[in-house]
Amino acid sequence: MTSFRLDGLGRIDRSRPLAFTFDGRKVTGFAGDTVATALLASGVSIVGRSFKYHRARGVWGLGSEEPNAIVDIRGSRIVTNARATLEDAADGLAVRSVNASPNAEHDRGRFIDLFHRFMPSGFYYKTFMLPTWHLYEPGVRAMAGFGRVDPAIGEPGRADQVNAACDLLVVGGGPAGVFAALAAAEAGRSVILCDEGNEFGGSLLHRAATIDGLPGEAAVEAALGRMADLGVTLLTRTTAFGVYDHGLVALSQRGTSGIDRLWRVRPKHLILATGAIERPLPFANNDLPGIRSAEAALAHLRRWGIAPGRRIVVATNNGLAHEAASAFVAVGLDVVLVDARDRVTAAKGVRTLAGRRIVAAKGRKAVTEVVLDDGARLPADAVLVSGGFSPTLQLYAQARGKPVWDDRRLAFLPGAPVEGISVVGAAAGHFDLAEVLASTRDALLKLGIAPARRPEIGPPLAAPYEIVDAFPKPGMAGRVWIDLQHDVTAKDVEVAAREAYVSVEHLKRYTTLGMATDQGRTSNLPALALMAAITGRSIPATGTTTYRPPFAPVPLASFAGLRSGPLMNPPRRLVLENQHRAAGAQFREYGGWLRPAWYGDEAEAAAVRREARQARRTAALFDGSPLGKIEVIGPQAAEFLDFVYYNTMSTLKPGRCRYGFVLAESGVVLDDGVLVRIDETRFVVSCSSSHVAAIRGVLEEWRQDRFDRARLFVHDATAAFATLTVSGPLSKRLLVAAGLEVDLDDRALPHMAWSAGRFEGTAMRVTRVSFTGDRSYEITLPVDRAPALWARLVEAGRPLDAVPIGIEALMVLRAEKGYVVVGKDTDGLTLPMDLGMTAPLAKKPGEFIGKRSLLSDEARRPDRKQFVGLEVTDGGPPLAPGAHGVETVAGKKRSLGYVTSSAFSPTLGRPIALGLIERGGARHGETIEVQHLGKIRRARIAAPCAFDPQGGRLDADA
Amino acid sequence: MQLFPCPFCGPRAENEFHFGGDLGNVRPEGGASVSDATWSAYLHMRRNPKGPAREVWMHLTCGEIFALERDTVTHAVLGSHGFGEGSAS
Repeated sequence: MTSFRLDGLGRIDRSRPLAFTFDGRKVTGFAGDTVATALLASGVSIVGRSFKYHRARGVWGLGSEEPNAIVDIRGSRIVTNARATLEDAADGLAVRSVNASPNAEHDRGRFIDLFHRFMPSGFYYKTFMLPTWHLYEPGVRAMAGFGRVDPAIGEPGRADQVNAACDLLVVGGGPAGVFAALAAAEAGRSVILCDEGNEFGGSLLHRAATIDGLPGEAAVEAALGRMADLGVTLLTRTTAFGVYDHGLVALSQRGTSGIDRLWRVRPKHLILATGAIERPLPFANNDLPGIRSAEAALAHLRRWGIAPGRRIVVATNNGLAHEAASAFVAVGLDVVLVDARDRVTAAKGVRTLAGRRIVAAKGRKAVTEVVLDDGARLPADAVLVSGGFSPTLQLYAQARGKPVWDDRRLAFLPGAPVEGISVVGAAAGHFDLAEVLASTRDALLKLGIAPARRPEIGPPLAAPYEIVDAFPKPGMAGRVWIDLQHDVTAKDVEVAAREAYVSVEHLKRYTTLGMATDQGRTSNLPALALMAAITGRSIPATGTTTYRPPFAPVPLASFAGLRSGPLMNPPRRLVLENQHRAAGAQFREYGGWLRPAWYGDEAEAAAVRREARQARRTAALFDGSPLGKIEVIGPQAAEFLDFVYYNTMSTLKPGRCRYGFVLAESGVVLDDGVLVRIDETRFVVSCSSSHVAAIRGVLEEWRQDRFDRARLFVHDATAAFATLTVSGPLSKRLLVAAGLEVDLDDRALPHMAWSAGRFEGTAMRVTRVSFTGDRSYEITLPVDRAPALWARLVEAGRPLDAVPIGIEALMVLRAEKGYVVVGKDTDGLTLPMDLGMTAPLAKKPGEFIGKRSLLSDEARRPDRKQFVGLEVTDGGPPLAPGAHGVETVAGKKRSLGYVTSSAFSPTLGRPIALGLIERGGARHGETIEVQHLGKIRRARIAAPCAFDPQGGRLDADA
Repeated sequence: MQLFPCPFCGPRAENEFHFGGDLGNVRPEGGASVSDATWSAYLHMRRNPKGPAREVWMHLTCGEIFALERDTVTHAVLGSHGFGEGSAS
């Protein structure tokens, strides 16, 4: 029991007590407490165990820089690895320490620290290596770490996302931020002000100040009231975590009722009033519970009424910590101020030891005593340290700002200005209130905002900063902690230097310092200074690592927003989805569309066989609505399509259609499909469902780049029209029975032609084109008429035993015919000649996309992989797709190509397969070995078409 | 999330756009007489400048292709313009 609550002090609401559990123990507090302050007030000294050595650790700081008080919280939000210093205490929370079992106080893992000599930084590169690191890894990993993710949690919970724009975004709600935001709002600008803490005010809430005659706290409250009236968006518990391209700033707002919110803000100007973070002092065992930031302790006293102990030592290298010493003397506690500077103006009533430093702290589970450099020993149950302040410049650096070293303030300050960003207050190295407000005023003047009046600051109460160097030095005795969160000591930095990891990037990655969730906020600069001293360089010469977003941890749910579950990657839905569901369809996603894979309750294989068999016996109904329907219109349309397609298309007559390939400029087949000619100047490109966007892009690109955009137009009508397919020997009878207004006579409507018709007054197009190899009709009409037409077709098909078929059955039917599916039977190298289509290359006179690529040596290689059929000759099941054809040459096995499609054919009663095999076109009849997962089978190369090679079934009409 | 200025629609988020290669990568004409090296350069070689770059982009929402000049180091957008007759600018 060291820290305790004093009566009558602080801004907490004592009329609203609360209670929660920490490691199963009851902890009490009040509204306004954070989890950390409630723990401190309840005298909880050990709040966690360190990452590697399981050392006892206590609360160190005030906000997101906190390295020790990491907790897992279950309440209205479940948060893993939360900073206890930022999370509100609330009734009924279950808070657990991390990396400790059964609890932080009595952790079983604490014996590990006895072996610390065997586990310095990078030990895993030297030890635990034989016979293999993987033997030790699970054990080592189990002993180190932070919070625990509960697998039972399930969905991570949703978060909101908001886009906002404003004139001015002010990050940081301390004196600089609050008064900047107020002045801008008074000047009529739209302002967003955010702060990571649960209250605005920053240092004005814990440092004595007078502004316009009011105490600092009251001045803040008055400013907030004015800003609320002026419509400023005031966001507490909100961390600005990233500055991205073109001025996008991202904020993570912790929700008070369980739902977090991600803000994407585009401000015209960004003001960074992000303050500065206090650094620790280096001495042996400087990680003991009870040793904490002096600034944090001062805030704990003034904001939450907490005393850190009864015998307090304040150790500092600068003047700002004096106010903490005076404050604790004023509440009657025993305080000794140890100041590293030789000439010190002692604060009134504070016993001061000038020119001294702490070299060691003593204690087991908490600090009990400190040893000074002159040998003196001071009893202490609380040690408040100040090693100076480092401006918080991460966002400035993310925006490509270059911090510059300042020898007087011993810190990195903002360097050259970044367009659109101002850095003010302590973040710019101003630690005196008058300077802070002056820097704010200057920044606003540059934006054309002249604050109405200059606030009157009371006499300076804080001692001048006047910092001296107290960075860690080589050769310090004992275990001097640099990075508390990743358990890195000064000796580890020295080891890194000895092993030549002297660059700051190597130092970071070799020791892991600065890589924990606090991202080195309290450790980067001390480590850098130590490495600089070891290597004899200056601090700026040693350099800094690169800051990248996020500045602080952001819950993954915030990035996901609503995009989880069915909204993660929503597929496109068919207009006839309800009809398909009513017919018992089993859905799968194909090419971004949710489509029936098969119908009915049978197992997939049985259902697919039944549908495929029935399709060839009677008639099949299929919803082909996702098929592309891109209209190409205008006087230049025919000439354009001759350029776009591999095949000659201008000779296509109105009323007819032609199958063709669209190539990429590399000659590779991009898509296949049917082109329909409506009239002289109008065509419809019927491309694959999964390639619609790509083909539309290709068409637009060449239209704009090579043709006359006033005489050629492209219109993607895919979503506006449904395509219903009727296929099979009874397809014509079905359509006749359906009573559609269209001339179905084969002379009027031969295969690869289309007829205009009407369905209940709506114009429709009936095209004879087949993907099954049987007589087949595709009916295209506006989507809103599709349900009625589908119902009519189903009705007409009933007496004929017609059957709806899904994609899986369709894929079997087309595979029986050897019809290629681009992207499945072709890969990124397949040229049209590989698929057997050679005539256009030989005969087509004009230019087309990819033509020159087809003339290359590569395109003419005789050993190219060619599209073939593969017959199973061993009586076994279908070949595995992806199985490789193999041959052994000079004792080494090599691939001849691979199986691209494979299925059991109910029509033929045997397995069929398609593939790309070297020189396949010339090897029909040859048997090859096919290997899959180590097993070898045999297959005979054949023509891709395994069924009805003459194509008579295209016209067969039972 | 960069903002690119479509000459037709105005500034839009970068994920509405599709990169179309270097500006000025003209398709070599001449069929078989185009050398392997020339055709290969057209297909595969990019200038990849460090600094100002002149590129072709398509705004997928409106389908307009246009020229965009931007800095590949700072990501600053230097300007955009449409092509030819009947284009936006």
